[in-house]
Amino acid sequence: MPLLEIKNLSVEFPTSSGTLKAVDRVSMTLDEGEILGVVGESGSGKSVTMLALMGLVAYPGKITADRLMFDGRDLLAMSDRERRKLTGKDVAMIFQEPSTSLNPCFTIGFQIIETLRKHEGMDKKTARHRAIELLEQVGIPAPESRMKAYPHQLSGGMNQRVMIAMAIACNPRLLIADEPTTALDVTIQAQILDLLMSLQRDRGMALVLITHNMGVVAETAQRIMVMYAGQIMEERKVASLFEAPQHPYSAALLAALPERSEGEHRLATIPGMVPGLHDRPKGCLFGPRCAYATDHSRQVQPELRPWQDGQIRCHYPLGDPQRDAMRAAGDSRLVSTEPTP
Amino acid sequence: MTHPVIEAKELTQTYAVRRGLFRAPASLQAVSHVSFTVEAGKTLAVVGESGCGKSTLARMATLIEAPTSGALTLDGLDAIHPPSSEKRRLRRTVQMVFQNPYGSLNPRKRVGAILEEPLLINTSLSKPERTEKARAMMARVGLRPEHYSRYPHMFSGGQRQRIAIARSLILSPKLLVADEPVSALDVSIQAQVLNLLADLQDELQLAYLFISHDLGVVRHIAHDVMVMYLGHAIEHGPKHAVFARPLHPYTQALLASTPRVTTEKRERIVLRGELPSPLDPPKGCVFSTRCPHVTDLCRAERPPIRQLDQRLIACHYAEQFLAEAA
Repeated sequence: MPLLEIKNLSVEFPTSSGTLKAVDRVSMTLDEGEILGVVGESGSGKSVTMLALMGLVAYPGKITADRLMFDGRDLLAMSDRERRKLTGKDVAMIFQEPSTSLNPCFTIGFQIIETLRKHEGMDKKTARHRAIELLEQVGIPAPESRMKAYPHQLSGGMNQRVMIAMAIACNPRLLIADEPTTALDVTIQAQILDLLMSLQRDRGMALVLITHNMGVVAETAQRIMVMYAGQIMEERKVASLFEAPQHPYSAALLAALPERSEGEHRLATIPGMVPGLHDRPKGCLFGPRCAYATDHSRQVQPELRPWQDGQIRCHYPLGDPQRDAMRAAGDSRLVSTEPTP
Repeated sequence: MTHPVIEAKELTQTYAVRRGLFRAPASLQAVSHVSFTVEAGKTLAVVGESGCGKSTLARMATLIEAPTSGALTLDGLDAIHPPSSEKRRLRRTVQMVFQNPYGSLNPRKRVGAILEEPLLINTSLSKPERTEKARAMMARVGLRPEHYSRYPHMFSGGQRQRIAIARSLILSPKLLVADEPVSALDVSIQAQVLNLLADLQDELQLAYLFISHDLGVVRHIAHDVMVMYLGHAIEHGPKHAVFARPLHPYTQALLASTPRVTTEKRERIVLRGELPSPLDPPKGCVFSTRCPHVTDLCRAERPPIRQLDQRLIACHYAEQFLAEAA
């Protein structure tokens, strides 16, 4: 049984000019101790998906799902009270900007102790002890004296360590890290990633790493999920996706990375922009920017379906053997020509 | 008569930092004895982590701040004590593109007005001439004619950065200082803006001073690279030399800790600790508090910057690292 199972999760926000579909029928599973990387551009719904799972989407956001199971428990049927007990304990989350997600009015010691007392029902003394232990685990020097520090007295890297200490305080089964290193410098980023990886290994917790940095995923995750305009485009094993992306969007995203076009004068680009609220295409959402779009894919939206070692939302995956046959036969559904590399 | 567009010699910037009523102000050396040149059509990338002095360097190059000491020549003119008749021309030779296109454009002005303002201030062109120039520049950077009368909030990040680039180029500068111009953009948009910058450089023979912390971007766009740490240039040379065989331990760590999109395992050097306070820099080598190869010599004596293997480097053991690498 997977630790987490999501089926057709959608999140909608009503706006003055229509309903915004921030997340559109996302289905995925996550096993115990697995690391999943979620990548996508801004507005692709990668953060909102995970916030919905945490129950952190505020009114008027509307969450619908066919199935939302964590560790065999149905999150949809749970009361808010039960849900709160789970959130922050078995499922924990860390955010992008460590200095703004900590409360500036309280010492970091107070904030960690609060978590422990609330969820674990510890008395003050034990909680304090445990908090110092946690700070030590996440590599904060002189943890005893740091307990009295306020967030503004610590650097960004140190604050992120505090956030991690707080998140792992109750031994979560699943840790969601939303852009945990984006605000940090490269050498500090490496330290934080190392810390997350070693904690994940030692505790066997599952980790969801939301990022826009493909390099971070390549070096840490086992599986990768590529999102675009609220939908999963492709979800596969990391090694196989980086080697041979199947969805034209994943392929274009990889090709646009400067390090993938070493020695070339110009980078490959994806023309156009992410569709907004009003120009959502009828067919495939990536259609207007896709180099391989056809009349068929412009009219009919592809469904998420199993493909190779994962799933894909595309009519004509790049590695589809039928694709070549169709082209050879001059199939009218595959009329557009591929751009010359 | 080819002289470099910008030539900096021993540029130093010192700030006085007040520490309260009863303590003497401390002096903070944000940039310390940095020298570089950039020629027309070339790009010098400055890399380093936050607090390394790269933005201060940009502010000095754009004449926003005068350096405490050192010499700066722009297009053959002394930029620190220019003859008063040349001051205006000097300002026009260098322009800047900022990191955040959401903050650097006036939200109350239309794109047309934003692009024409530099012309209004610096030239005696008539209104129709200014409009024509603005429209030509918009076409050049890939904005559509109907964008002329729109406001900045109606554009996406990538388009706003195009507007910012158009504004910086409208006075035909020779040097463009770009402070993290693509770090606020998504990957696919980032590629579009980088291509635009490359096209403009080819066409107008612009010199770029490109400030970035993203080594992937730098590797793509730069001709020369200068690595800074705590206000000091520690390694500076042609891109191919620095990236192929980094000799300074900090450059090595920086390259090794940048995540890359490859499935093959490679060795990571994870540095311990954080950047020391620039108010109290280490006595010896600035990197000695975090360097994995540190010795007593490093802690006691600051290494001079010197020529080695096509580049300038400030490390006591650079020769040894070179011999090991060869």
